Amino acid sequence: MDSRQQQAAAGAGTGGSVPRGRGPSAPKGHRRQYRSQKIAHAVLALFALVSVGPVVAIIAYLFYKGGSAMSWEFLTAMPSKGMKAGGIFPAIVGTFWLILGTVIFAVPVGTLAAIYLTEYARQGRLTRIIRLAIANMAGVPSIVYGLFGLGLFVLLMGLGTSILSGSLTLGILVLPVVITAAEEALTAVPQSFRQASLALGATRWQTIRKVVLPNSISGIITGTVLAVGRAAGETAAIMFTVAAFFLPALPDSPFSQAMALPYHLYTVSTQVPGMPEEMKWGTALVLLLLVLSFTLSAALVRLRFRRKKRW
Amino acid sequence: MSTESLLDGWKPTAPGDVTPREESKMEGSPVRIEGVRAAAAPGTASVRNKVELKDVSFYYGDFKALDDITLDVPENQVTALIGPSGCGKSTVLRLINRMHEEIGHTRVEGQVLLDGRDIHDRDVDVVELRSRVGEIFQKPNPFPKSIYDNIAYGPRLMGVRKKDELDDIVERSLVQAALWKEVKNKLGNSAMDLSGGQQQRLCIARTLAVQPEVILMDEPCSALDPVATQQIEDTIEVLKEDYTIIIVTHNMQQAARISQFTGFMLVQETGEPGRLVEYGATSKIFTMPDREETENYITGRFG
Repeated sequence: MDSRQQQAAAGAGTGGSVPRGRGPSAPKGHRRQYRSQKIAHAVLALFALVSVGPVVAIIAYLFYKGGSAMSWEFLTAMPSKGMKAGGIFPAIVGTFWLILGTVIFAVPVGTLAAIYLTEYARQGRLTRIIRLAIANMAGVPSIVYGLFGLGLFVLLMGLGTSILSGSLTLGILVLPVVITAAEEALTAVPQSFRQASLALGATRWQTIRKVVLPNSISGIITGTVLAVGRAAGETAAIMFTVAAFFLPALPDSPFSQAMALPYHLYTVSTQVPGMPEEMKWGTALVLLLLVLSFTLSAALVRLRFRRKKRW
Repeated sequence: MSTESLLDGWKPTAPGDVTPREESKMEGSPVRIEGVRAAAAPGTASVRNKVELKDVSFYYGDFKALDDITLDVPENQVTALIGPSGCGKSTVLRLINRMHEEIGHTRVEGQVLLDGRDIHDRDVDVVELRSRVGEIFQKPNPFPKSIYDNIAYGPRLMGVRKKDELDDIVERSLVQAALWKEVKNKLGNSAMDLSGGQQQRLCIARTLAVQPEVILMDEPCSALDPVATQQIEDTIEVLKEDYTIIIVTHNMQQAARISQFTGFMLVQETGEPGRLVEYGATSKIFTMPDREETENYITGRFG
């Protein structure tokens, strides 16, 4: 063990996680190297903190302003007195149905598309064009999806302003997220698993069903949950396709209109004079917590599967 | 001694797959005759060719990877392919179970016969072919499932559902692959928890479970330590009683230890396709090869 290693070991022993000064024997150049490394660490850490800052600030602010509105009644009662009293229960229910419809539509379509792209299609011009289209879909403003949904589902297909129209519109909106996540998950499955399966006399489809999908399911679920979070918070896409300002009853079929949290927040903030402040913030808080819970559960699913995974 | 009389020793036992046309082709190929002599050498009338490559060339896109390979693989023997890296040994293997098709943009010329039937014929079912020709890969690649489910994977594909039937297959395959004693009490454990050598024997057992006739091995020991390598070699020794084994190896001692026949492959100049330089009985290749390149390689002068 030379003197430098000894020092490093001593440093580790005293709990120093960052390499500290190398003592009198270290050449000057090295000391300068370590100093610039420390500065780099500090700057990078600062920017990392700055980027999470707004999220923390928003959550804290919403709790501060809307926390007082939070009550069992607020979550479970129908609105009353022109939204100014009561709760937001129908908006929560509407958002729930929209999420469900979006998942039912987007997850199978997205996953199957991803399977085709990664497992079957010959990588060439066609797949490049499809991938380009998907990437572009992700960049289309959501109001455009809203208008598209209005034109296609509500009017042309005659589905009316309904949960069905809204779910289909949201489904298209989140499709790129689902496809991209599923593609990533599928390509992460080692090629050697596929080879082993094929060499045992499995067909391609058997290989996908029995080896590829089971080993990529966590990534697909993660993508789905993230997509759900996106759909739950979407306003513009549901404005013309499903959302109602106020409904006296809960929706009773896929063809019903529904209230939804983001649209409710939008209307009470802009269309209802004299709306109590804490109810607006409270609605925002519920919406945010809902979306965060989805994101968090995606992270948990990923964590759980990663711990089990050993390749 | 004429070529004809050499051929006589083994030809009649081949199940009618050698036509006169092919016979004349054999005479034209000096490399092929080496193989023939080797095959005849054991002197038993039971030696017949399980796999035959006839004038096989292979292309990845525009790149010619193999040139005019002609090779007879006798049944229930171990045939080794040796040669420097990148000479196409593994490519030859892939042609025999058509795994090259999974890469795309490849082309095969010539014939690859299994029991006299060209497996590249359009009406040959690749799935059925692969259940007859198993493959062991360079790196052990068990599925991230239990030991039991790894072995049962192939039989289940083929529709075996009954528990006791699967149990039998799992036990038999593991016994054959010399892994049963080590794992019989933990069949439900993940295959990923096994050591590298155990994983490779598990992969062998997994292949045996579909009861193939031919087993291709692509440097199966290159990722293993000497003890694990020894165990695999012992396993191969036993397996050759029932299976035709073709093994690619970088390790010449290994080829000498376990194989009855050896083919030496080489890329003569960079950019040229791989060729089969010499093929014959292992004992002959390693003691008095006909070709200078073979001797140079074997004596360690290059590669």
